[in-house]
Amino acid sequence: MSESTSAGAVATAPPAPRPGSGPGRAGPPGRPGSGRTRSGRRPTTWRTRAEIGLLAGPAIVVFLAFVIVPVLMAAYYGFFSWKGFGAPSDVVGLGNYLAIWRDATFHDALRHNGVIVVMSLLLQGPAAIALALLLNRRIRGRSAIRVLIFVPYVISEVIVGTGWSLLLQTSGAVNDLLGKIGLEGWAVDWLSDPSIAIWSLMLIITWKYVGFAVILFLAGLQSIPEELHEAAAIDGASYWQIQRSITLPLLGPTIRIWAFLSIIGALQLFDLVYIVWGQYVAATAGTSTMATYMVVNGRNAGNHGFGNAVAVVLFLISLVIALTYQRFVLRRDTEGALTERKK
Amino acid sequence: MSASAVQTAPTAARPVRPDGPRRRRNLAFERVNPMVYVVAWLLVGLCIAPVAYIVLGGLRTNSQITADPSGLPTTWEFGNYVEVLTSSLFWQQFGNSLVIGLATTLGVVVLGVMASFVLARYEFSGRAAMYSLFAAGLMFPMTVAITPLYIMIRGLGLMNSVPGIVLPQIAFALPTTIIILVPFLRAIPKELEEAAAIDGASRLGFFIRMVVPLSVPGVVTVGILAFVASWNSYMLPLFVLNDESSYTLPLGVQSFASQYSVDTARVLAFTSLSMIPALIFFSLFEKRIVGGLTGAVKG
Repeated sequence: MSESTSAGAVATAPPAPRPGSGPGRAGPPGRPGSGRTRSGRRPTTWRTRAEIGLLAGPAIVVFLAFVIVPVLMAAYYGFFSWKGFGAPSDVVGLGNYLAIWRDATFHDALRHNGVIVVMSLLLQGPAAIALALLLNRRIRGRSAIRVLIFVPYVISEVIVGTGWSLLLQTSGAVNDLLGKIGLEGWAVDWLSDPSIAIWSLMLIITWKYVGFAVILFLAGLQSIPEELHEAAAIDGASYWQIQRSITLPLLGPTIRIWAFLSIIGALQLFDLVYIVWGQYVAATAGTSTMATYMVVNGRNAGNHGFGNAVAVVLFLISLVIALTYQRFVLRRDTEGALTERKK
Repeated sequence: MSASAVQTAPTAARPVRPDGPRRRRNLAFERVNPMVYVVAWLLVGLCIAPVAYIVLGGLRTNSQITADPSGLPTTWEFGNYVEVLTSSLFWQQFGNSLVIGLATTLGVVVLGVMASFVLARYEFSGRAAMYSLFAAGLMFPMTVAITPLYIMIRGLGLMNSVPGIVLPQIAFALPTTIIILVPFLRAIPKELEEAAAIDGASRLGFFIRMVVPLSVPGVVTVGILAFVASWNSYMLPLFVLNDESSYTLPLGVQSFASQYSVDTARVLAFTSLSMIPALIFFSLFEKRIVGGLTGAVKG
C-alpha cells in the first residue's frame, strides 16, 4: 500500500475548498494546481454546477429523506402523546421526556449501556490488537485463519442470537460441556440470572464484534511502512519492543477510530439483546438497552410519541458522547475527520 | 499510485535481514514460535465452535441433541437440511433477501460512486459541508431513526415492500461508502484526468470512461459490505415487514425458531443454510475488504 492512498482516509478529510473558488467560479479539477484551468477549456459555471447536482444530487436526496428527516420528525413527534394514527394532536410538551427521566427501567437500560460501552472497549480492544498483530505475521495458513476469525462478524445477529441462546440455555451445550470436563459447579443460568446475564451478553458481543476491530486494525497495520520494522530489527529490537514502540503508536489513529465506532455501536445496541432475551425478559434479566426500551415502550406498546421521545434522548446522548470524543480524543490525529473544519 | 494498486494491498513485507534477534524470514513464511500457531488455532476454535454447533446440530436428531447437547453427530442426519431446502418458505425468504440485497448494493454503489466523485474531484464551496453531512451519518446507525422511519414508511405506503427496505438501507450505507470511496477516487492520478481532457473528454466523460472502471476494486469493497449488511439486517425488516411472505431470512430464522422451538435440529439446519451466502461473499473478498479499507482508516 503506497503512501499516497493512505494519505486519503477518514483521518485526512478532503481539504476544505479554498476561499477563492466559490460557486461562481469553476475551480480547478480535482486538485489545486492542476494545469487544466490554463488550458481554457473549463466548462462554464452552470455546467459544473449541473454536473455536481446530477452526480451528488441523488445521494443527497436519499440521505436527507431517510436519515436526516426521520431524526427531525422524531424531535417533533416526541412532544405528543400519539398512538400512531392520524395526525398527532395531543400535545404533552415535555411530558414524554419527564416520564423517561423518572422511569427506573430507563435508568437500568442506561446503566446497562454504560457497562456495555466500557466493557466492549476493555474486552475487544486488547483482544483485537493481539489478533491483528498475530494475523499480520506471515505464518502458515494465515489466509485460512483470517477468514475463519471473521466468520462471527459476517454472520447475522439473528443467527448469532439463535445459536447462542441454544448454547447458553440451562440444559444447553455450554453447561453440558462444563459437566463433561468436570466443572459442573460452573454451570449456571447464563441467560436469566440477572447477575450473570450481562456478562453472557458481553461474551456474545465480544465474540461477534471482535472481528470487525481486527479488520480495521489489519487495514491500519498495512499502512505502517515495513522499513520502520526493519530498521528497528537491525538495531536489535525484539519483536515485542518493535510492536510496543513502533506498531502500537502508529496504529493509534486506527484504534481511536475503532473505539469511536465501538462506543456508538454499544450505545445503540439492539439486535442481539432483542433476539436473545426477547421483548419481555431483557429488563428482568438486566440486559435491556436504551434501544430495546425504545422499541418495547414505543412501537410495541403503540405509544409512538413516547417512542420518538426515547429516540431523541438516544440521539442526544450519542451526539454528546460523539462530539466529546471527537473534541478530546480524535482531534489530535484526525482533525476534521468527521466534520472537516480544518485547514 | 494507480487506483488498481489498492486492491492488491500487499501485507507481506520484504524479507528482513536475518540478524534481527529471534526473527528470521524467508520469502514465504516467518519462522515463529510454535506457540503462535497454538494460540492462533485456539482462537480460531473459539470463533468457529458456536458456528460449528449450529451447522453440526442440523445434522443430528432432536433426541440426540436433548440427550447430549454438546456432542457430535453420531449418525449423519441430512433429513433436516433436505426438509429446509425443499420448503418453499425458505426459498421465498432467500429470494426476498437476495432481491433486497442486490438492489441495496446496486443503489449504494451507483449513488456512492457519483457522490464520492464529486467530493473527491470537484472544488466548490459547499463541499466541506457536504462531506460533513455524510460523515455525520456514521454517528447514527439506524437505531436512532427507526421509530420515525417506520412511521414515514408506513405513511408512504411502503410497508411489506422491497423499496421500503432498500431506500433506507441505501441511505444508511452511504456514509461508510463515501468515507471509503473518496480517498480511493482521490488517488486516481490527476495526469489521467488531464490526459483525458486533452483528448477532448469532459469531466463527465472522464468519470464514465476512466473513473468508473478504475474504481472497481473500491466498489467491490463497498459493494460486499453493503450486501452483507443488507443480508444480515434485522431491525428495519422487523419494523417494515410484518407479512410472512415478505420476510427476509433473518426474520424468517427468528419466526422459524419460535414456531418450531421444539424441533431444534430443524431450526439449526434453517439457521445454517441462511448464513451461507454472506459467508461465501465475504470469504471470497476478504483480502479486498481489508485492502479497500486501508485508505479509509489511516492517515
